[in-house]
Amino acid sequence: MSRDAIFEKIQEVLDDALGVDEDEVTPAASLTADLGAESIDFLDIVFRIEKTFEFKISQGELFPENLTDNPDWVSDGNLTDTGLAMLKERMAHVDFASIEDGDRSISKIGDLITVDSLVNFVEIKLAG
Amino acid sequence: MRWLWIDCITEHEEGKRLVAVKNVSLAEDVLHDHIVQGRTIMPFSLMIEGMAQTAGILVGSTSRFKEKVILAKIAKASLDCDVTAGDTIRYEATIDRLDHLGASTSGTIDRRVAGGEAWERIGRVELLFSHIDNNMAGTEFPEHNFVFSDNFKMILETAGLANLAD
Repeated sequence: MSRDAIFEKIQEVLDDALGVDEDEVTPAASLTADLGAESIDFLDIVFRIEKTFEFKISQGELFPENLTDNPDWVSDGNLTDTGLAMLKERMAHVDFASIEDGDRSISKIGDLITVDSLVNFVEIKLAG
Repeated sequence: MRWLWIDCITEHEEGKRLVAVKNVSLAEDVLHDHIVQGRTIMPFSLMIEGMAQTAGILVGSTSRFKEKVILAKIAKASLDCDVTAGDTIRYEATIDRLDHLGASTSGTIDRRVAGGEAWERIGRVELLFSHIDNNMAGTEFPEHNFVFSDNFKMILETAGLANLAD
């Protein structure tokens, strides 16, 4: 499946899950900051992507979860170097460049999940 | 006690599908506040609740009602026509996806008008449920399962499905 075809299907998924118009679903749009996704929407999106592309997604595979459970990953509300390294290893579909030297507040991590990162994720999964 | 918006479970396929019916009665005060063109109308919001209870029991039964199954999102809901006193509503819920974090369900709403025999499809509802103990890390909830209270068990017993809660 081409990247363009994946993008179109992701647009449909987000249209259904978030009630947004397809023209709002640009590659750079953040799911939380731009498209208004809330925590429960992430579970909805996981289920819809699984159904659309016919593969299973493990817990924490698509979106970061339970980061605050480990003090090595988060300190004083900020992602540590160890936490960032862990995320980069586990989540190759997400671009972490903007927080390398910038704001690492845990509340900002969700903003890094963009439409493009979902397309990357599906592309990697389908390449298997 | 939760306010039940289904009267009886009529069909159940474990882990797949559950059907419940609701007889709409003028004895219900809520109908008296919803009058359209002289007819008392069953509020659609309560029909969504009826579907949520139907689908919620289906999802809850997959864990023998150990999980706290909470309606987290109404993904889609449509209704083509009104339901009034004397009509019967039939809710059919099926599980689309289930894991330890939650479940998504699809459902249909059928109506049988007073004095009629045939069912007609009048609505569709897609819901998302959360298993809140697994899906809201860091938040503590009461240990007992406050979602499936005694009146839910009563409905299961009436339908001969009490074993689902064992």
